[in-house]
Amino acid sequence: MKIIRDRTIVDDDFVHVTDGSEQAAATKPIVPLAEYVKSRETLLARHAAVGVRVPSDKLPSDIPDLQRLALIAIEFPKFTDGRGYSVARMLRQRHAYRGELRAVGWVLRDQLLYLERCGFNAFEMKPGKPLDSGLEAFSEFSVRYQADVDDPRPLYRRR
Amino acid sequence: MYQYDDYDRRIITERAQQFRGQVSRRLSGEITEEEFKPIRLQNGLYMQLHAYMLRVAIPYGLLSSTQVRKLAHIARTYDRGYAHLTTRQNIQYNWPKLTDVPSILDELASVEMHAVQTSGNCVRNITADHFAGIARDELEDPRPYCEILRQWSTFHPEFANLPRKFKIAITGAPGEDRAAVRFHDIGLRIVENAAGERGFEVLVGGGLGRTPVIAEVVREFLPKRHFLSFIESILRVYNLHGRRDNKFKARIKILVTALGIAEFRRRVEEDWEASRTPELELTDAEVARVSAFFAPPPYESLPATDRVEGIVLGRDRELGNWVRNNVFSHKVPGYSAVVVSVKKQGIPPGDVSDTQMDAIASLADRYSFGHVVVTHTQNLVLPDVKTAELSKLHAELRALDLGEANANKLTDLITCPGLDYCDLANARSIPLSLEIAERFDRIDYLNDVGDVSIKISGCINACGHHHVGNIGILGIDKRGEEFYQLMLGGSPGNDASIGKILGRALAQDEIVDAVEKVLGRYLEIRESTDERFLDTVRRVGFDPFKVAVYGTADPLEAAGDAA
Repeated sequence: MKIIRDRTIVDDDFVHVTDGSEQAAATKPIVPLAEYVKSRETLLARHAAVGVRVPSDKLPSDIPDLQRLALIAIEFPKFTDGRGYSVARMLRQRHAYRGELRAVGWVLRDQLLYLERCGFNAFEMKPGKPLDSGLEAFSEFSVRYQADVDDPRPLYRRR
Repeated sequence: MYQYDDYDRRIITERAQQFRGQVSRRLSGEITEEEFKPIRLQNGLYMQLHAYMLRVAIPYGLLSSTQVRKLAHIARTYDRGYAHLTTRQNIQYNWPKLTDVPSILDELASVEMHAVQTSGNCVRNITADHFAGIARDELEDPRPYCEILRQWSTFHPEFANLPRKFKIAITGAPGEDRAAVRFHDIGLRIVENAAGERGFEVLVGGGLGRTPVIAEVVREFLPKRHFLSFIESILRVYNLHGRRDNKFKARIKILVTALGIAEFRRRVEEDWEASRTPELELTDAEVARVSAFFAPPPYESLPATDRVEGIVLGRDRELGNWVRNNVFSHKVPGYSAVVVSVKKQGIPPGDVSDTQMDAIASLADRYSFGHVVVTHTQNLVLPDVKTAELSKLHAELRALDLGEANANKLTDLITCPGLDYCDLANARSIPLSLEIAERFDRIDYLNDVGDVSIKISGCINACGHHHVGNIGILGIDKRGEEFYQLMLGGSPGNDASIGKILGRALAQDEIVDAVEKVLGRYLEIRESTDERFLDTVRRVGFDPFKVAVYGTADPLEAAGDAA
């Protein structure tokens, strides 16, 4: 599957897995949060890199040992559900999480810039949506009023 | 007023460009109608009953004469020759063609205006006291903070997909709240603490709509430099925990009520401690930069003598009434603030024509340093008029049909668009407001009844703010017929209260009579001519008014199906 990572279209090296046999076979699995919470020591010992898939109603404090995760995927059950933006910002700024932060689910081109500004660096677009059109979204604005994850200075400290 | 620099211009230009692309991707099918909706809304474009409606932002209600002329031009060129002032100090066009919208946005951008975030589940236009900067009772001009908030809220990446819309209002006048801050998601009052420092009292969770709630204090004193980070924490707690399963339970007031203010406050303070960064602190340089745009205009040094009294007592009764009702005190000697009422018999409240807008722009240039302010009561203010020129200005306004002497009086009605425009409404509001205006349009009667507000909503979404009308009227649907509930006792100000239903709903041919009976009873029972309608209602309660309207104060008889 193709995803956008760091503003580039790449082949996904992670796989979403649900049951145990799939998990064992994958080098870089993305497992549901509940599964990770249940058996994280096994997972972290067995795989080169572990990703976790976080439902939209969870907070960073619900993810144990998050610094050991190579990837955190935040679910967007609907494109209008804005919780993930706050969760991402908290992960990056408050928890200093430096791994891959991926938006999954109902992810659309016109969300990408705001998602990136909140700390996401990878995007699984909603199936059927073109990825190349998505790449254009990142450069639609050359000025930002607010602080964001890239630059903690609001415009009034840069003006 | 604030002037764009290159940064502000680029942001608005790039937004227009972005929207053009989004429209074309919608037309090509890449974006579905469902996915397009929030994009369209956050660019001010609503789908109404008959057509699109474009809502243009007027930050804190302040306009230059150049902008007013542009709004007139747009009304003439792209609409049907008029526009509509809203209760959020914005202006809307009811009949634009979708294909014209990008051109309208370009026209707006040419005068530093836009339609950004005038709808949708995001932070909306910041509103303020319409006498900001000129009120005698003001501690400090709130407009620099409104502008700083406008920039902070414009395309804030974290808060563009909130559970529901989010409205912020600011006042700098402790004595009288003309911005209804207690009925906003966040209300900010500039206050002074015991040490003499200025800061904000922060209120949260107020609102009207289906569930009217008076805001509660979440922070008694917030140092100014922290106001952006603190507001971010309120929004973050709301964004993460506000309900998303039911749009009628999604406003922040529902969350605050559910958690209780103490727990809500604890969560906000906890988030604030964890999230605020030194960079987010407001700098003195930025406050100074923005404040400079709101420096007082070059007032002349005039004698403090008040000519207003002389005019009121003079021979021209029409002028005297207008001065008494529509002219307000100004902090600078020799100047007055003038409310230009657009509430004229036969015209839907808030509607203003292209020729009127052009004329007002010209009056603003000649009498008021080129500034105009939109009030949340759907009128206009010329903020800086020389008191000595009031009679000349009144003569010009009268010639333009804008000389109504009814500010804050019975016929200065607030209404939503109602069933004539809106697909949510149960009942028509505009015809009712026109009928009320016609019934009571006698200046002696208006003066006798004094300050009283009538607010009309065509459905429970309460766009006409009926909950905070001294007299509130709510359109309901009863077995397919339009009925109206009558409420008394609401107030949006420092003495905030939510009106209560008087009794059973009234039919279309009963409601205006009922209003007249209520007012008649007030005139009979008020203690003196100084006792306002609202004070009388608060003093005597509902029974005398129930008797007046329903013939009985018997709760069962009067209540009917009121619940």
